[in-house]
Amino acid sequence: MVALALRALERLEHRGAAGADADTGDGAGILVQMPDAFLRAQVRDLPLPGCYGVAVCFLPTDRRRRKALERILVDAVVAEGQRVVGWRDVPVDADRAGATARAFAPRIRQLFVESTLEDAAAFERKLYVIRRVAEQAAGPELVIPSFSSRTLVYKGMLTAPQLRGYFRDLRDPLLASALALVHSRFSTNTFPSWELAHPYRMLAHNGEINTVRGNANWMGARESQLASELFGDDLQKVIPVVQHGGSDSSTFDNVLELLVLGGRSLPHALTMMVPEAHRPGDLSHELEGYYDYHGCLVEPWDGPASLSFTDGRVIGAMLDRNGLRPGRWLETTDGWVVLASEAGVFDVAPEQVKRKGRLQPGKLFLVDLDQGRIVDDAEAKATLASRKPYGEWFQRESVRLADLPPAAPRPLAQPLRRLQLAFGYTHEDMKVMLSPLAANAEEAVGSMGNDTPLAVLSNRRPLLYSYFKQLFAQVTNPPIDSIREAVVMSVRTLVGAERNLLDETPEHARQLVIDDPILSDEDLERLRCVDTGVFRAETIDITWPAADGWEGLEPALDRIFAEADAALARNANVLVLSDRDVGPERAPIPSLLATGAIHHHLVRAGTRLQAGLVVESGEPRSVQSVGVLIGYGAAAVNPYLMLATLDALDLDMTRDEARVRARKAISKGLLKTISKMGISTIPSYCGAQIFEAVGLARDVVDRYFTGTPSRIGGIGLREIAEGALTRHARAFADDADDLLPVVGLYAWRADGEHHQWNPDTIAKLQHAVRDGSVESYEEYSDAVNSDAARRSTIRGLLRFRYPSQGIPLDEVEQASEIVKRFSTGAMSLGSLSREAHENLAIAMNRIGGRSNTGEGGEDPERFADERRSKIKQVASGRFGVNIDYLTNADELQIKMAQGAKPGEGGQLPGHKVDSYIASVRLTTPGVGLISPPPHHDIYSIEDLKQLIYDLRCANPRARISVKLVAEVGVGTVAAGVAKANADHVLISGHDGGTGASPVSSIFHAGIPWEIGLAETQQTLVLNGLRSRIWVQTDGQLKTGRDVVVAALLGADEFGFATAPLIASGCVMMRACHLNTCPVGIATQDPELRRRFKGKPEHVVNFLFFVAEETRRIMAELGIARFDDLVGRVDLLEPDRAIGVWRERGVDLANVLRAPDVPSGTALRRTEAQASPLPGALDHRLIEAWDRGAPLSFAVTNVDRTIGGLLSHEVTKRHGRAGLPPGSIRVRLSGSAGQSFGAWLAPGIELDLAGEANDYVGKGLSGGVLSIRPPDGSAFPAETSVIAGNTVLYGATAGRAFFRGLAGERFAVRNSGADAVVEGVGDHGCEYMTGGRVVVIGSTGRNFAAGMSGGIAYVLDEDGRFAARCNTQLVGLDPVDADDETAVRALLEEHRERTGSPVAERLLAEWTPERFVKVFPHDFKRALEEWSAGGVGFLGRETEGAVAGH
Amino acid sequence: MGKLRGFVEFDRREAPERDPRERTGDYREFVGTLPLAELRSQAARCMECGVPFCHSGCPLGNLIPDWNDLVYRDRWQDAIEQLHRTNNFPELTGRLCPAPCEAACVLEIDEGHAVSIKQVEVAIVNRAWEEGWIVPRPAAVRTGRRVAVVGSGPAGLACAQQLARRGHDVTVLERDEAAGGLVRFGVPEFKIEKHLVERRVDQLRAEGIEFRFGVDVGRDVDPDELRVAYDAVVLATGSRVPRDLPVTGRELDGVHFAMEYLYARTRRDDAISAAGKHVVVIGGGDTGADCVGHAHREGAASVTQIELLGEPPERRPDDLTPWPLWPMKLRTSYALKEGGEREFAISTTRLLGEGRVREIHWARNSGEPPFAVVPGTEETRPADLVLLAMGFVGPEPEPLERLGVGRDARGNVAAPAYATSVDGVFAAGDARRGQSLIVWAISEGRRCAAAVDSWLAQPGSRETNSPRSSRSTQHA
Ligand SMILES: Cc1cc2nc3c(=O)[nH]c(=O)nc-3n(C[C@H](O)[C@H](O)[C@H](O)COP(=O)(O)OP(=O)(O)OC[C@H]3O[C@@H](n4cnc5c(N)ncnc54)[C@H](O)[C@@H]3O)c2cc1C
Ligand SMILES: Cc1cc2nc3c(=O)[nH]c(=O)nc-3n(C[C@H](O)[C@H](O)[C@H](O)COP(=O)(O)O)c2cc1C
Ligand code: SF4
Ligand code: SF4
Ligand code: F3S
Repeated sequence: MVALALRALERLEHRGAAGADADTGDGAGILVQMPDAFLRAQVRDLPLPGCYGVAVCFLPTDRRRRKALERILVDAVVAEGQRVVGWRDVPVDADRAGATARAFAPRIRQLFVESTLEDAAAFERKLYVIRRVAEQAAGPELVIPSFSSRTLVYKGMLTAPQLRGYFRDLRDPLLASALALVHSRFSTNTFPSWELAHPYRMLAHNGEINTVRGNANWMGARESQLASELFGDDLQKVIPVVQHGGSDSSTFDNVLELLVLGGRSLPHALTMMVPEAHRPGDLSHELEGYYDYHGCLVEPWDGPASLSFTDGRVIGAMLDRNGLRPGRWLETTDGWVVLASEAGVFDVAPEQVKRKGRLQPGKLFLVDLDQGRIVDDAEAKATLASRKPYGEWFQRESVRLADLPPAAPRPLAQPLRRLQLAFGYTHEDMKVMLSPLAANAEEAVGSMGNDTPLAVLSNRRPLLYSYFKQLFAQVTNPPIDSIREAVVMSVRTLVGAERNLLDETPEHARQLVIDDPILSDEDLERLRCVDTGVFRAETIDITWPAADGWEGLEPALDRIFAEADAALARNANVLVLSDRDVGPERAPIPSLLATGAIHHHLVRAGTRLQAGLVVESGEPRSVQSVGVLIGYGAAAVNPYLMLATLDALDLDMTRDEARVRARKAISKGLLKTISKMGISTIPSYCGAQIFEAVGLARDVVDRYFTGTPSRIGGIGLREIAEGALTRHARAFADDADDLLPVVGLYAWRADGEHHQWNPDTIAKLQHAVRDGSVESYEEYSDAVNSDAARRSTIRGLLRFRYPSQGIPLDEVEQASEIVKRFSTGAMSLGSLSREAHENLAIAMNRIGGRSNTGEGGEDPERFADERRSKIKQVASGRFGVNIDYLTNADELQIKMAQGAKPGEGGQLPGHKVDSYIASVRLTTPGVGLISPPPHHDIYSIEDLKQLIYDLRCANPRARISVKLVAEVGVGTVAAGVAKANADHVLISGHDGGTGASPVSSIFHAGIPWEIGLAETQQTLVLNGLRSRIWVQTDGQLKTGRDVVVAALLGADEFGFATAPLIASGCVMMRACHLNTCPVGIATQDPELRRRFKGKPEHVVNFLFFVAEETRRIMAELGIARFDDLVGRVDLLEPDRAIGVWRERGVDLANVLRAPDVPSGTALRRTEAQASPLPGALDHRLIEAWDRGAPLSFAVTNVDRTIGGLLSHEVTKRHGRAGLPPGSIRVRLSGSAGQSFGAWLAPGIELDLAGEANDYVGKGLSGGVLSIRPPDGSAFPAETSVIAGNTVLYGATAGRAFFRGLAGERFAVRNSGADAVVEGVGDHGCEYMTGGRVVVIGSTGRNFAAGMSGGIAYVLDEDGRFAARCNTQLVGLDPVDADDETAVRALLEEHRERTGSPVAERLLAEWTPERFVKVFPHDFKRALEEWSAGGVGFLGRETEGAVAGH
Repeated sequence: MGKLRGFVEFDRREAPERDPRERTGDYREFVGTLPLAELRSQAARCMECGVPFCHSGCPLGNLIPDWNDLVYRDRWQDAIEQLHRTNNFPELTGRLCPAPCEAACVLEIDEGHAVSIKQVEVAIVNRAWEEGWIVPRPAAVRTGRRVAVVGSGPAGLACAQQLARRGHDVTVLERDEAAGGLVRFGVPEFKIEKHLVERRVDQLRAEGIEFRFGVDVGRDVDPDELRVAYDAVVLATGSRVPRDLPVTGRELDGVHFAMEYLYARTRRDDAISAAGKHVVVIGGGDTGADCVGHAHREGAASVTQIELLGEPPERRPDDLTPWPLWPMKLRTSYALKEGGEREFAISTTRLLGEGRVREIHWARNSGEPPFAVVPGTEETRPADLVLLAMGFVGPEPEPLERLGVGRDARGNVAAPAYATSVDGVFAAGDARRGQSLIVWAISEGRRCAAAVDSWLAQPGSRETNSPRSSRSTQHA
């Protein structure tokens, strides 16, 4: 068993990672049942099985420190009344580990402890108590990977194959176990660590817990209420439950362990921590009640998580609600059950397979060893749900806000305008922010980047919200599509006192249920007046006497704390923090400060869970403001002044309507904000603090926003107070003028906020590039460097440390060399006009730089001429990505995020998709295009590694780049990217351009590249990874000075997007999202496109000017070669002459820190990544093809991306059209690795007898795939899983046939392939824009979400398909005669290729009425317009495009 | 935001003008306004740019995109509120401004297509007057501080109004018999009817500003006394010293500075008249044009306007003055559309006549400095009235010298941040920046008022009356 498990793990080696030292793994491990026979042979005097426990300890190698720690543990054992049997050294072969791992290897010893207790469960609890006592006494140096009488863990900083070699025990045949949990890790963690390897004590986890910070905080708050009969007084000893500084997995494990030892079963504990998503009616009544009830006890721990667990008696796995991790299982006729991330890790003869399945979102997979069987999800949950009348309890005890007696809302206590002024309302807030909220029920959309100062540098005292930057998911976890995948989202929140987590009583359900966290005035008043005996609200005033000045703020906070404490003592369980008392005498405390401060005060006081916080404030009025309030602990927010302000706007609707729509818009924006982080529910976002503070003083953060990352210091309480007082004074001065201030944040205004792109800089730049005049350029660069940048950016606060003498200019590397380091930003054809896009490409080709296609594909006509973009982007929409596109790139850039909208997708409405754009994107004219927020083949770093591998196959010569956006932790992600074999990483600043993004994202997500780049450089250098990867940065780069600063901070290369557009004529109208660009740049309107006057020379001139300026600075710095500039952070220092250092407490030490490494450590890219391609099956394929030999191979799951390299060869030799159908026929058998048949070129056919993993047919480009069960298999194919998740992602042409089930997201973003499959999981045909899919079996939920084109034919056997289909964009029609022909043809081919009995039966008993035609509205309309004679925008070219499929 | 694609859908429309032949028969304004509906589609052309170059092109920083949008959405009252935020006298600029905003408008990149900003501006203010939305807005709190403003041109008036609204007691001293400066006496009635100026002055009066006319500071009042009687003094005396023409015959009768003629016309004083005469206006600028316009209306026998500089190109010369700069291109004045001749690159060589001027001699020059005369191009024209409209060289020196304020290189009052070298004395308008435009004068008046106001708020400022406590600053 153990050997088999370890072998399986080795087969997953490609999913793990190694660091700079290729031999050192990120971690691998195994958990087994207590191997009594083995241990008995090793240890004398071992008590009876079950009567002893083993503590596996990682100890320091230093003898004295080790002894001390051992003493502590032994003392704890004794103190807790158990008996020490003795220590055993775990024998290891140290040389089997990698060099880095060896250097950090602990001494591993096992301590044997004999039970003095009767009850095994009590003993297990006791061991836990001992462990916690010892851990707390010893501190972080003592690591105890397991301490149980049931299970034992072996793990370390090893690769999967090293595990067995390292631990001699694992090679001992006596070491037996009926179960094994194995894991190998791809970490983005940077510091070598043995203990972070999995499994933990009960758990192995694949994924991330996005909400962990909030969960850990709430857990801390819960501790004071914990009580347990089982633990008795011992419980106090285990607190704090969560070990400080642990990873998300260990934190989860800590809580899980407590719940299980506290008396709940493992499945019970897991389903309460990670509940499945459901809508009313989805689940049984009991189960719904079960989840409702447990929602009152604990907020969801949101994944993406695949959790494997065991307590030694049951073993199983589950996926979180989103199900974004693969898991495939297999049961054999001789009693084996195997579950792994991939199919094919376990060799078994086809006839021995009994069943095959996969993990499903929110579902449990459980094996009960006592009963010796698989317990399916429904049964396991039914058992749980019927333990207690949970639903009844919830119904009886919980109260819905809407059911409380109505109360009249309060009128404003001061005139509207005074209040608006006091809360800093601006003219633009009304126009840009509020009007669209009501008018469109949507947050406002803008274009181009944020070129205004960071909040801390602004002279206009921005509201506190603007100092908080939203975090977002990139690479390590996927963002969610809150619109198309609304099924997993929830805004429902609960308020009320929470009770002892270790108990379950009806009273636990005493919670007030709020359906929407944005409260109307009526709702707030209802809440304020509540006094039901159970619920009682108290209002706490969060204003302070203006006369007290800034010094009064801190005492005011103290007053609030005292009032909150007193209210809680009076049993209040709803605290309304209100600034309704603002008036001439009283100024509002910034509501975010008040909320964070109270939240953390109560957490510290251990009373946080006695009440929910509700904020009633005049200040919040945007998605960002409400988001931060909830993120720092508010359960609900009543933005009363925003609502009142709507009344005064000139809108075409009633007041009530406006209020409802605005609240809805904010709720929607809020969901989008949390989904960017991959979080799906408000309760788990609440208090999760998913922000980075930029520009706040350390002590403010520590006290009021505890735990928030903050790296550049900034303003303190005084400046925060002064901001509020200034606004207050302005509002209530006797001579106050009544107009709201003009601030010019979204558009430049003469006396408003500074913009780096302003009339002066724009005009100067344009004049310079058109005249080619250096003097004009210098005027421009001077305006930027000594004014714009200084006022707005971190780099503006720095200056160069010039040596006493520079070098002559002519010794410095030539500008023509330097410009090769420049590229233009990814901007799609679609966001830019053809003219502007080609202009940039020509310019970049002329200077030897690189232009970027952006995410909209490229016209193949351009591949061979001057208009070719060297960089071809691969984004989540995969528009225009086929083997031809990939083959023709010099660089392939995987876009993970974009500074102006990290974590978000995009949308190109159908009317903008004209025939040209559609042909370039390989989609259908007139059909809208949605880019999903995540890449559906990148939910984790190991997935990214796989995509990089896929791209390498598609084009072995291209360098692979990954585009990231700066945020805290981007350095670690970049390290992961380097380990995942990328050649290039782009760190984009938060302030980069965009064709269209929500305003809150443009302004509030991400951080400046200076911080992100510095972090990246430091992390890569420290981990020895910098040498293998190029680093590029972009975001508001404008001058040579910018280039030099970026180089010194660690960039080899530089991206410019907005500046070259300005050189081409852009005047920052910021109408890019409106298609009305007046200079023909960001528009598809033919009339406007004619206005484009940009010339390649303009862009060339600009970049040469920048390069020349760079050279001048290099000369002064005494540096001749650009290479020698990179990473020389020592040449930068703070420019103390600039006031903000003193006035606003900015501190850039973190940014300017030089990594402490031996001299000679590479600071720039010096060597190539090792190619992962040698050994790929495709080499054999190509060789056999060349020889004309038969193409027949056996494969296993380590054979990934089969057909990728072959397709590249075919395309290289035969061009876009590939080969005639059936030219290359390949027969394969076995379990194929991931990305089977990716990018398959026309003329290639792969036939697989066996099964495949995730990403089958990714980017299918014209080839044909078929997968069928192996000959001789006995299991029923039509109910067994044959392919993994995300099949045919981004397929553009070709056909695929699956005799069996596929997983989640079948044919996601398919734009041209035809497929037949015998059943699919959730989200089938998501975002599909073309092609045809025939499903002749079961379908999961949310079918056709975001599907704008193509057609799906679904066999609706149970007649309930409609309920599982998302009909936002599609209609369900009967099939007509044409459809019948098409479906029959596909089914015939399916039968032919796979021998499917289902197809056989359907064709034999042809009943077309059982099929439902899923027909997207957009597509229908486009087809109608087309058949009406190509009228309208589609034009004549359409014909070819539509006829194309 | 205006209408999507509004600028593509609608063409730019110029303001309607009365027929040139018809309008010279009277002194009424000749520029009209488009019907409101059309004006709204003109406003709909505005794209509310992310970087509104119009707004940076307007010296007042008028919030052009904001009020364009309001007009498009038919919200005129909100529009005047936004317009008045930056501009005290839109009825002046809306009629008389050369509209550098339009030259800078993003749509003017495609020359000739700028948004009709000026028309929208005047329409807003006209409508506001008609609707009675423009009312006095006296300050809520009086500070008791006293300020004297010398000169009632647009700079003085704007400054006075701003200061009065900050609660200060303002007295305007003006040597003419009415307020308005050049707008009142220089600019002809047919460009702006004077009752419009009076109407605005009434508003200022109602806001508590005291006007003292017929007071020539420096002659009638000792400027130093003002310093004693007031907490602060603002010099807004304009740039009134005309540039002279040093040629033979300059001293002849019938040779006048343009201003003398224009003042006379405004005052209906026939001492200088063009009726039945051959009129030559020397100087091709706007002052000259106004002389031409008057001469037509008086019934001159002929009118000729000559210009020293060469003829500029007809289209914006992108090598010299690319967008968004003010283009140096040929503009034909309204007056020349009404008749008369125009000559470029002309150097006047002498004036001839006995006692009274009878003819003018000139020669063509190179058209650019140093204006070398082209031999053999001498010409002679009859000239009964010669008007010198060659600009102004600076402010009249008397009051300045009496106060002892410093002057800059060009002879204007040196007041880089509006404060002169003399404590408590400030300057604004043409007196400070040299001959310029109304829009600049208003802008200067406003900025100067802000400087005076913060100076008054300083503890160190001289006080004649009760002090006031410090006040919150403008920006939230
Ligand atoms: C004929 C003509 C036409 C013009 N047309 C236009 C046009 O169409 N558009 C445009 O934008 N600009 C035009 N201008 C320019 C514009 O009028 C001036 O730039 C503007 O008026 C300057 O304003 P100001 O307040 O600084 O000075 P002025 O308008 O010159 O006002 C100065 C005031 O100070 C008074 N004053 C001077 N000395 C004393 C003293 N010692 N004691 C008391 N009072 C004193 C004067 O009587 C006068 O009332 C024109 C100028 C002229 C000459
Ligand atoms: C009009 C426009 C469209 C863009 N489209 C994309 C895109 O398709 N993919 C992408 O990764 N980034 C996109 N970006 C961001 C740029 O690639 C680049 O990262 C950013 O604009 C750099 O900042 P800068 O504009 O200040 O130079 C776009 C930017 C602009 C201005
Ligand atoms: S004042 Fe002049 S520049 Fe300003 S908006 Fe009006 S017309 Fe344009
Ligand atoms: S520049 Fe022209 S289009 Fe743009 S805001 Fe100004 S007036 Fe409108
Ligand atoms: S900002 Fe966009 S709308 Fe045009 S002028 Fe520039 S590309």
